[in-house]
Amino acid sequence: MPLVLRIALTHLRARTRQTLVSLLGVATGVGFSIAMAALMQGSQLDFINKIIDATPHITVKDEFRHPDEQPAARRFPDAAVAIVGAKPTEELRGIKGARRKLAILEDQPDLAVSPVLRGQVVIRYFGKDEAAAIAGIEPDRHRRVSQLAGDIREGRLDDLHAAANGLIVGDGLARKLGAKLGDTVTVSSPVGVVFKMKIVALFHTGVISLDEGEVYALLKKVQVLQDRQNVINRLYVKTGDVYGAFARARDIEARFGYLAESWDEANQDILEALQVRNVIMYTVVAAILLVAGMGIFNVVSTITFEKLRDIAILKSMGFSERDIRWIFVLQGLIAGTAGSILGWGLGFGLCRIMEGIEFKVRFATEMTQLPLYYSPWHYLIATVFAVTAAALAAFFPARRAARVDPVEIIRGAA
Amino acid sequence: MTATTHGRPLVAARGVTRILPAAVPVTLVHDIDLEVTGGEAVAVTGPSGSGKSSLLYLLGLLDRPTRGRVEVDGRDTASLSSDDLARLRLERLGFVFQFHFLLPEFSALDNLLIPMRRLARLDEDAMRARAEDLLDSLGLLSLKDKRPDQLSGGEAQRVAIARALANDPAVLLTDEPTGNLDSRNSAAVFDIFQRLARDEGRAVVVVTHDLALAARADRRVELVDGTIVSDSRQG
Repeated sequence: MPLVLRIALTHLRARTRQTLVSLLGVATGVGFSIAMAALMQGSQLDFINKIIDATPHITVKDEFRHPDEQPAARRFPDAAVAIVGAKPTEELRGIKGARRKLAILEDQPDLAVSPVLRGQVVIRYFGKDEAAAIAGIEPDRHRRVSQLAGDIREGRLDDLHAAANGLIVGDGLARKLGAKLGDTVTVSSPVGVVFKMKIVALFHTGVISLDEGEVYALLKKVQVLQDRQNVINRLYVKTGDVYGAFARARDIEARFGYLAESWDEANQDILEALQVRNVIMYTVVAAILLVAGMGIFNVVSTITFEKLRDIAILKSMGFSERDIRWIFVLQGLIAGTAGSILGWGLGFGLCRIMEGIEFKVRFATEMTQLPLYYSPWHYLIATVFAVTAAALAAFFPARRAARVDPVEIIRGAA
Repeated sequence: MTATTHGRPLVAARGVTRILPAAVPVTLVHDIDLEVTGGEAVAVTGPSGSGKSSLLYLLGLLDRPTRGRVEVDGRDTASLSSDDLARLRLERLGFVFQFHFLLPEFSALDNLLIPMRRLARLDEDAMRARAEDLLDSLGLLSLKDKRPDQLSGGEAQRVAIARALANDPAVLLTDEPTGNLDSRNSAAVFDIFQRLARDEGRAVVVVTHDLALAARADRRVELVDGTIVSDSRQG
């Protein structure tokens, strides 16, 4: 064992109580840091997975990112153009050449595409009216881009084909209507078309806005219901690389001109909030570890103060300033490392305890658990932070100790 | 140490002056010329505040002169870095102070092993053997596992002497080494110093107030107000 390490360990062993207190400080910081990181990342991934599962990776809409310019403004880009009394022609909504675009996208091996017509409807059942968004889908294509088939609790996605006017309803909406599987509801569109539709399946995603506000029917039926024959206003796309969806969406948009929105762009505000939450978490963890670092500073400062004579005699023996500095920095590093190892156990224990907690969120129908994500990175980051904080905390008293003038100390003792 | 160091200058002060910078600068020693050769035990005496200890710290490279130079083994130390000075102390110099200054958490044996391990000139087994030999030569082998607080004053001071000799230094610098010892222990310690000089060819400098002990040294240097007022060989 290197000599400076041997001396550092001996100093720490001689102050067992102080050393233990500083170790516990670091362990607490590291343990809570690990537990918080597991909780934060777990909840973040859980949330993102819910978004990814419940929505397409990319949605191509019958909209444009930038409104079309007037020809006069295009012709004279640097001029002050005033257009008075312009009456834009009423453009038929929907993706033009949707089938061709669908074929182009389906030619790409890592993409699955589902054509959809979305619209608004009012659903009536036993005198109760509920507004909902209806999506006209082709079940065979849709099951490749969506978790809908997996989210169905009663009935099946293919049952849409079995009934004349089949409808798949979220369980939240069914509860609000008081309807159940097999019931027939009245569905009215804004253009005045009314269908009697049979509930052939009930789904549950866990996302309240979907469970209470979405219904699905066959694409052809919805096109009739909305009086928009052959119209498609959405292309739902699933990619092989979820986190590459943004770049892929930009490519699609550049090619087709229609707005192509990736899941992360559509939920940008939520993802930003998650990032802010992460910053807050790491700030709190840094504060905890800073306090632990101050504990180490305190211990190493005390030891250097108590050890002035030893420092003087070590220097007189031929120990260099660097040797002395290392002896005390090592004490910080040892406290930081040992505290971190204790903290791993504490952090893992806290995670297991949190994992076992079950609770019910308001409005939720089932018990839920804290989503935790176990990653060695949490342990590594907390350790690097704690050991760095400990080394820095020890460095300053160590530097002071290294600069001690042995003559002053020896004279003072004489 | 071998007899080849006998008569060779091992440590020397050449025109050394040390002034402490302050609002009113304090001169600790002034224009000191002193050469100590191998095989010689030199007693430095003088009243309190005469600069005896300051001279010892300068000779031991713990302090740097304001003017003049200190030579160790013929090597001018003025231009050496603090790391080089530390290395020279480790290899060539040994200190014994009035207080033993043993490291309290370590055993007597470990106190000897620390400077040896720092120098790392020998392997671990050889270091242990040498440390035990040194303790044995001072009658301390049975106490090798004792910590300083389990030793008497005389024992602790002898362990400090053994530690000073751990790396086989050419020069032994001692500052009031018998100041805390009774007359019997003082005489025993001084006998050790004489043996180290005469038998082993080391240069031994003993700063002391004790004129009876100083009288037993080969040479006596007297300082007054930071200046050497007499330098005489004895019996």
